[in-house]
Amino acid sequence: MSTTTTEELSATTLLRFATAGSVDDGKSTLVGRLLHDSKSVLADQLEAVEHASRSRGQDAPDLALLTDGLRAEREQGITIDVAYRYFATPRRRFILADTPGHVQYTRNMVTGASTAELTVILVDARNGVVEQTRRHAAIAALLRVPHVVLAVNKMDLVGYREKVFAAIAEEFTAYATELGVPEVTAIPISALAGDNVVEPSANMDWYGGPTVLEHLETVPVSHDLAHCHARLPVQYVIRPQTAEHPDYRGYAGQIAAGTFRVGEQVTVLPSGRATTITGIDLLGKPVDVAWTPQSVTLLLADDIDISRGDLIVPSKDAPPTTQDVEATVCHVADAPLTVGHRVLLKHGTRTVKAIVKDIPSRLTLDDLSLHPLPGRLVANDIGRVKIRTAEPLPVDSYADSRRTGSFILIDPNDGTTLTAGMVGESFASPEPVKDAAEDDGWDF
Amino acid sequence: MTTVATIDEGTDTPYALSHLDSLESEAVHIFREVAGEFERPVILFSGGKDSIVMLHLALKAFAPAPVPFSLLHVDTGHNFPEVIEYRDRAVARHHLRLHVASVQDYIDRGVLKERPDGTRNPLQTLPLTEKIQSERFDAVFGGGRRDEEKARAKERVFSLRDEFSQWDPRRQRPELWNLYNGRHAPGEHVRVFPLSNWTELDVWQYIAREGIELPQIYFAHEREVFLRGGMWLTAGEWGGPRENEVVEKRRVRYRTVGDMSCTGAVDSDATTLDAVIAEIAASRLTERGATRADDKLSEAAMEDRKREGYF
Repeated sequence: MSTTTTEELSATTLLRFATAGSVDDGKSTLVGRLLHDSKSVLADQLEAVEHASRSRGQDAPDLALLTDGLRAEREQGITIDVAYRYFATPRRRFILADTPGHVQYTRNMVTGASTAELTVILVDARNGVVEQTRRHAAIAALLRVPHVVLAVNKMDLVGYREKVFAAIAEEFTAYATELGVPEVTAIPISALAGDNVVEPSANMDWYGGPTVLEHLETVPVSHDLAHCHARLPVQYVIRPQTAEHPDYRGYAGQIAAGTFRVGEQVTVLPSGRATTITGIDLLGKPVDVAWTPQSVTLLLADDIDISRGDLIVPSKDAPPTTQDVEATVCHVADAPLTVGHRVLLKHGTRTVKAIVKDIPSRLTLDDLSLHPLPGRLVANDIGRVKIRTAEPLPVDSYADSRRTGSFILIDPNDGTTLTAGMVGESFASPEPVKDAAEDDGWDF
Repeated sequence: MTTVATIDEGTDTPYALSHLDSLESEAVHIFREVAGEFERPVILFSGGKDSIVMLHLALKAFAPAPVPFSLLHVDTGHNFPEVIEYRDRAVARHHLRLHVASVQDYIDRGVLKERPDGTRNPLQTLPLTEKIQSERFDAVFGGGRRDEEKARAKERVFSLRDEFSQWDPRRQRPELWNLYNGRHAPGEHVRVFPLSNWTELDVWQYIAREGIELPQIYFAHEREVFLRGGMWLTAGEWGGPRENEVVEKRRVRYRTVGDMSCTGAVDSDATTLDAVIAEIAASRLTERGATRADDKLSEAAMEDRKREGYF
């Protein structure tokens, strides 16, 4: 890295990705190796890990201690919360959401996946696709993570045989495709021995694809903006009211999707008033065009009433507004979510009062079967809900926009984040619905 | 066999942002969320590089309007004079309001006692939390980065603190998408970390790209230092050197800026931003490992101090 110039380092892009794997699939070893082989574990960190490992009577440094940062995690030897790790190669910089694999931490995997562009799902080559693998694939599909990598680990323990890998890759890909995962890349690895993690494996010359790191470095991170609906949730109105800028009135926000151009006709929701973009400031510098996820300030032709919580959209491509939101949710709080629950719903920059009208079904992640009318959702449950909001909201389907199709529910009494929501139909799956009584658009 | 991604070299379209642009955009979004949702936010400003970058981002986030936050400095009484001078210049230049919570004040009043090891870092917590309460700040920006330390790697961007400013890592709110939840009860506040996803190298590259001025102690210079606990500390009235410690003149610079009693200098010839960036990219030591004595106290030193209200 020291041979790379400053300019080269600044021009690199950023990939946010998450890892998922069961307890003994070797996730920590893979993460440890990625960090170690990209020289992101520095001498004093390694020394601290070695010291801690020795004081627990372990012979070899336990790389899991690099990521398990909390006292309780080290005591129990498990990961209980998402840890964010950072590493870089000359080609790209990475933010890794290292998420725990236990089923009781589904909410943490949802948290990590919500901002990820890619998920690495680990399986043990000896066990193949297991329940937990299917659960991880389902969550990646539900959260619409654009890229999924299947890392078939411990290939050294199955004699590096192509047949073993091919069978697992085929089974997983078929399953993921049914769930609607757009793209799966399967890579045979041994995290322990280092095969195909950073260096290509000499033991698997039958494999012609990229190593894990190579794939992470080259997978595209930007979306095809041509097909995106442009959306700007207004965060803050900038009005300097100074001698220098007596009339400046700008609508600041981070573009949630698509592109905006000067001269474009836009509509402000929920009021429905239309106007034209007369200028775009990109953090103090005027530009002609801006796109997601840039933070910008829009200047508009007409002095209409716009405040925090409004959504600016192209007039020709406005989403419907509704007070009845149907969504797939993951319940993340310890207290349950029940029918009749009064909550706050935060969507974009707008927080409104809402009530849970119905919980039509709960999903069993193990076999993707549905339980109709569960009455409530408890921590880590995934289910369908119908919510009535006090004010109309301009919502997109989560399938179209991860930003303007997502929301959180908040407990109005103590502020707890209760639930992560994704608007619209769930991911497509022809998986047979076990309960015939269930027929209300829930289509697992 | 299986579906394999179609990989072309340099696939990123013209719409891809550079990593610095992505981080900048995310930080600006965080500043604007706080401005939109809180009554009395404040930026913790030490005159160190992270808080300088925070202020720079805040200036960009609200341009051409002024920053809608005031600054708060926890003054240990053992500050580098160059840093205090920088702080006061920044405040004047941007017409900001500065609050100071003074550790020396607490010691003079007998509320806090000087520690035998002379470090004042742990003594900052009480003046900080009392100032937050007395000024009724409801959002407090800190320059903490998750790459600094493993307890910080678990920190949320919006981190709720109770009326005693305590952090409970097991009761953190999950943070989903970029939907930050700033709800809090009266007396509670939220610590906000806009630089959560930045690394030390990102901060330096951003400083270089934006041409941000820094206190001179970040660049190599001759300085009178002495060795304590494996670190080069600056000699001064704060309490060093002791009898058996020898002062020598060395060419050094600082990677972090904190209390003089526990922030070590590193040997360096890096007099320019480019040289500093090259040095950090090649370094085999983390920022804190190289220069902070207080983090070495125990395996969970940072977690324990954070629980009590420290940043």
